[in-house]
Order: sequence, then C-alpha cells, then structure tokens
Amino acid sequence: MTSSTSSVGTAAPKLRLGGDDGWGYAPAPESTDHVELRDRYGLFIDGEFTDAADGRTFETANPATEEKIADVALASDTDVDRAVAAARRAYDEVWSKLAPQERGKYVYRIARVLQERSRELAITESLDGGKPIRESRDVDIPLAAAHFFYYAGWADKLNYAFPGRGARALGVAGQVIPWNFPLLMAAWKIAPAIAAGNTVVLKPAETTPLTALKLAEIIRDAGVPPGVVNIVTGAGETGASVVQHDGVDKVAFTGSTEVGKLIRRALAGSGKHYTLELGGKAANLVFEDAAVDQAVEGIINGIFFNQGHVCCAGSRLLVQESVADEVISKLKDRMETLIVGDPLDKNTDIGAINSRAQLDRIEEYLEIGAAEGAEPFQTPCPLPERGYWCRPTLFLRASQSHRVVQEEIFGPVLAVQTFRTVDEGIAMANNTPYGLSGGVWSDKGAKAFRVTSRIRAGVLWANTYNKFDPTAPFGGYKESGIGREGGLSGLHAYLQPEEAA
Amino acid sequence: MEPHAQTADSGPQAAPFASPSIDAVGVEERVARLCSRSIKKEAKLQALHLALSMIDLTTLEGADSEGKVRQLCAKALQLHAALPDLPHVAAVCVYPALVGVAKRALEGSGIHVASVATSFPAGQAPLEIKLLEVKRAVEAGADEVDMVISRGRFLAGDLAYTADEIASVKEACGDAHLKVILETGELGALDAIRRASDLAMRSGADFIKTSTGKIKPAATMPVVLVMLEAIRDHYLRTGQRIGMKPAGGISTAKDAIRHLVMVRETLGQDWLDPDLYRFGASSLANDVLRQIVKQRSGIYQSFDDFSM
Repeated sequence: MTSSTSSVGTAAPKLRLGGDDGWGYAPAPESTDHVELRDRYGLFIDGEFTDAADGRTFETANPATEEKIADVALASDTDVDRAVAAARRAYDEVWSKLAPQERGKYVYRIARVLQERSRELAITESLDGGKPIRESRDVDIPLAAAHFFYYAGWADKLNYAFPGRGARALGVAGQVIPWNFPLLMAAWKIAPAIAAGNTVVLKPAETTPLTALKLAEIIRDAGVPPGVVNIVTGAGETGASVVQHDGVDKVAFTGSTEVGKLIRRALAGSGKHYTLELGGKAANLVFEDAAVDQAVEGIINGIFFNQGHVCCAGSRLLVQESVADEVISKLKDRMETLIVGDPLDKNTDIGAINSRAQLDRIEEYLEIGAAEGAEPFQTPCPLPERGYWCRPTLFLRASQSHRVVQEEIFGPVLAVQTFRTVDEGIAMANNTPYGLSGGVWSDKGAKAFRVTSRIRAGVLWANTYNKFDPTAPFGGYKESGIGREGGLSGLHAYLQPEEAA
Repeated sequence: MEPHAQTADSGPQAAPFASPSIDAVGVEERVARLCSRSIKKEAKLQALHLALSMIDLTTLEGADSEGKVRQLCAKALQLHAALPDLPHVAAVCVYPALVGVAKRALEGSGIHVASVATSFPAGQAPLEIKLLEVKRAVEAGADEVDMVISRGRFLAGDLAYTADEIASVKEACGDAHLKVILETGELGALDAIRRASDLAMRSGADFIKTSTGKIKPAATMPVVLVMLEAIRDHYLRTGQRIGMKPAGGISTAKDAIRHLVMVRETLGQDWLDPDLYRFGASSLANDVLRQIVKQRSGIYQSFDDFSM
C-alpha cells in the first residue's frame, strides 16, 4: 500500500493535478429512433395545419450540428389576421359558452398527452434548441405538463379567483415566447389563458418552433375545439403583427427588455391588457456563514443551467470577502467536472448555444469583459468541432461599472464580485436596471429572510436556485417586466372581475 | 485553506476547529444529479473492474468460524473461475480472533487482511481493552484496523475524548492502516457527520468509514458525499490524502458505479484507487461479477453460477 499521507511539497495542494486520464464516461446518447420529425411544418390555424398564405418558409436548424431540421411556414400579417379571426370566432361561439368543467377536461387531456409523449418532446426540444437532454427530460417537459395540470384545476373554480366578485375571461390573447424554454414557455402562456376561458394566438421563437408545433398536434388530437389555440411561426415581424393586432385583447410577451419596451410603447393607449417578462441580471449572494459546498452547487445551477440562456439566471456572483478565495477555488474545481457537448448525451451538462447570433453576442461580451479589466477564467474542456459552443466562463474581479456586470449576456458567463458587509451586498445586488430574481446563501434563517426582503426582485431563492413550480408566481420589477405568471397571479393576468366586464 | 469558522461548538470540550455547515437539501440535490450520470459500455466494464478491486470482502458474524473465514479467503483468491483475468479484491475483513486464519489463507496473494477492533460494533468497552484488542489484531497479522468511535461520547459533545481515542488507537496500530468507523447512522445529522470526519482525519485516520454494517441507514449517498467533501477539504488544507470506505447497504453493481461517479467528480482520478477507496460489502462482489459477465457475454447468468 502506498502512503496515504504523502506531502505534495511546498506548492498548495490541488485536486485533479493528473488531469482526467483514467476512468471516464463513454458516450451515452439518447436514441432518436422513434421521434418523428417532418421536413415541413405549417401554421396551426383554426384546428388545421396550413401553409403561409404567401407560401414563404424559414429553416430551423440543430445548433449542435448546424444542420437543417425542417422548413417552417413564415406567417405574414394575412396569416395572423386569419389566426386572430379564428381565435375570436372560437371565443365567441364555442369556448366562452362551454361549461367550465368541460373546458378543464380539455386542459387536463393536454397535460396527460404531454406526459405520454414526454420522451419524444424532450428529444425534439434538445435537437431544435441545443439544451441538454437531462434538462429537457427532467425540467422542461415535466414542468410544462405540470402547468397544464395546475391551471386545468382552476378552470371550474374561477369564482374563487376574485372572491365575492366573479370572474370572466379577457377574450383573445396574443402571445409571443422566446427560444430558451420553447415548450415550457408555450405551456406558461397557453395553460392559464385557455383554462381561464380565453382563446390564443401564440408565436414561438424562430429558432425553436418544433415543440410548439408538436403541442399543436397534441391540442388537435385532444379534440380541443378549432381556433381555441392557434400557433403562427415566424420571426420578429410575425410577433409584432400578433402583438399589434386590433383583434387581440391581451398581450403576453416573454423575451428581451429591448423588445419589451417596443411592445409597451406600441400598446400605449390601446386598452389591451399585457404582461411582459423580460431580461434579468440576478445577483447570487453568498455570505460567510453559507454552507459552502452547497452554495457552490447553487452557483453552478444558477448560471450554467440551460447554457445560461435563462432570464432569471444567477449571472452575478456576490461573495463575501472573508470566504471569497474558498468559494472561487471550489467553484473553479466544480467547473472542471462540467461536460460540454452533444445535447442528446445523457451526461452532458452544458449543451449548444441556441444560435449563431446568440453565440456572437456572448463572444462579444467575452471580449468586452476582458477589455474592461475583469479577469476571465475558462475550463479547458473539449468542444465539438461543429455547432455553437461556449465554455463555462467566470469573470473574476468584475466591478459594478463593468458592462459584463450591468448587462444581460444570456450565456454561460458569470461575473464575480466581492462585498464586505451585508448592507454592501444588498446595495450591489439592487444596483441594476433589472429586478427579476436573486439568490441568498446563508446558514442563518433570520438573515436569509431579512436579506431577501430587501432585494428588489420578483423571485428570490434562499439556499437554492432556479426552482420553478406552477403554483409560484414569476415575474420582475423594474426593467425585468410587469405582471406575474404562475399561480393565482398568473391566472389573474387572463381574467377580469365580473363587474369590470 | 482553513475552513471558515461559524458554527461554534458549545461546551468546554469544543474542538479547536470548526467544520463548515452542511445544507442537507443541497446535498441531496447534488447526489440526485450525480446519480443521473449514465455509465455504459466500456466505461461500465472499466468501472466494474475498478469496483471489484476496491472491495473489502467481509464477514462479521458471531457465528464466524475458521471454516467460514477460509471459505471467504478462497473466494477472494478466485472470484470466478470462468474469468481468471479479474483484479483481486483489496482485502478480507474479519474479527480479530480470525485474523491469523485469514493471514495464512491469503499469504503471498497481495490481498490485505483487515480486522475490526475496539469492541466492534458498539465500541462500549474501556479504552485499555480496545487498545489491547487492536494490538492483538496487528500482532496476528492485520494490515488494516477498522475501529469504531465512541458515539456516545461524541454525541455528548466530548470531542476531545473522541480525538484522543482515535489518536491512541492509531498509535496502537503501528504500521497497520487505520480506518475510523463513524457509524453515521447513529450521528443523526450531516453536520455531525462532517464534524466527526474532520475530527477523525485530524486525529490520525488513514481512512474514514461510514458504518459497521450493523446499523441502518448505513452508507447512503448523501453521507458519503459529505465525507468525500471533508476528505477533499482536508487534502487542500494539509496535502494529506485520506481514504474513504463506505460500508453497509451497497449491494449492487449499480450502487457501486454511482459511488465511483461521486468519487471521480468530488475528488478526481487520484482517489479511484484501492489505496484510497474501498467498499465494505459482503454481497456486492457477486453482483459486480454477474454484471461483468453480462457486459462481456450479453447474457445475465443465474446467481447460482457464482460461488458464495
């Protein structure tokens, strides 16, 4: 037996000195055998799939291989007109007249079919968007089904939404969703809307339309009356057309703050209801009394979940100076074990960046951060040759005045700063135009409550991060948006009290 | 790096150091994520061989006899006649009275003889008697001694007693390696397990070990993760590589592979070595053998095809 107490000399001991030669993990790709993907997808309007009126299409590709998956119909104003008209007709003639418990049955049915087809949906999500199968399988799809289950239960209980006042739907909802959680965002939008009695026109993101179109198949197969859910695919112009359409009573948008501001301007004076869920630059505050190893895990989940393409990502690490060296060294070591690569491999931790455009944007910030004087750190993990990839990155010694601290990067890039006192930590956390989310790590319960109550953000996690549940409201302060999704608040966004109707 | 101080140990016997606090919910989440690693094909076969080489083949029954121990040693020497190219197990673990029998049976094989001692499993005996038992086991040829800590004194807050007890046993071990059994199933909380791990490593343990196998729960994944993190922090602070031995409850190849994943990601490749990682188990070996046969031939064989 060799000595287990050998000293390593004067240099500070370091783990993984010998690299990772030895026992490793073989590729474990999820099989795509029984996933049916068509070469061409149409718009889903009035219960049927149709081509765009002008026949135009766009391509959706796999960001891990840069290969085209399918041609998808590109909806113009004419198509959006048709979709809104179908939604209006369905609302007036069918959906608003249906007994609430019958409406609930349809929503439950969608939830169950999502579960039944979960494997196929998870694989499609990873193929089209680049996220690791571990996440699409364990997070996106189960949560999407959970949202339908949760709001299905509300369908026949709307009189309890505004106790004593009664409630009714708004009418036709125009909804525009982003590419980071394609099916989950569709569920967040569609489930409360139709459970509350509205009909919808939803536009998925142009880089990730496929799971929304599979959801359209599910909705059709579930026998949901034609026109209750319409899905129009396309890019920004299609989205603008949906949002600005006169026939839309309510707008729900999730995406960038830039576009959110345009929408709010466009809606001014229109009388339309709206909710906006926009960008974020959340602080994850680690105090000296935190359980360090679990905090490090939370930091990892906070920023590297879904390649950092998360509006509520913990993209700023604020760590108390007295434990900063320990936390940062453990964080670096943990980063060494992250596997970047094939989204369909069950062992992949960080998948592909969603698009060339997004990768360009992230890489621009990598240059900006270094030029500003922050100290970049990346692990030397191997990357595939084709596709869009970004190594997990830290910017150490970042400062409040740096753009990489102020601006949303939407990638696996964490700005690391230190603070000395509780008050200073809170002040730094709040010194941002955003206010979507945040995290606090402390073993002291009283401190966790006191600090979270002083951070101006819609969602705060204590000793955990990125926890989502359909019963919990989600949404932001300041430039992170207006309104809440999820829970009873998310239902209110699709209802009005009876007397106001 | 010194673990930062925040949990003040109460009472006059407080340890001269403070262990970091542990968030049990976070530990369970980390374990769940580690368990989601998918180990297939060549990686699986390699892991199975590695696991086999880390096993302390164990018999710790009141009914153990010379015949039973000779049979166990024979199994250690020839795990599966149909597969002569397998690695051998790390050690055979027996009671002190049977160390001599095991030593003779394993002579020249490279397989170590480990002996439990210190009034295993309860540890409820005067220290002099425990030390005498350790010395007798080592005189009889034990290469490794698996001691139990006095959990009663530890839980009563008498950390200094526990530290002195471990140091005394270490001294009595001489050249034999010392594994310190914390009996984590009796310690109640991950914070206590972390503190006991730190205490044992600072007091002379070569290995820290979860359990006697007589108490449930034994080597659960969250407990082992907390101990691995303690080993990592001790190494980063001192440069000393302490070994880890989960024991009790690991009976399938699947469990063993999950442990190897956890070791690899927490401590790195260095610890994927029988000198620094062991499985204390009585039934694990045959499940690993059966999986090796399955990986090689594609067919699961009956358990009766594997010797006891």
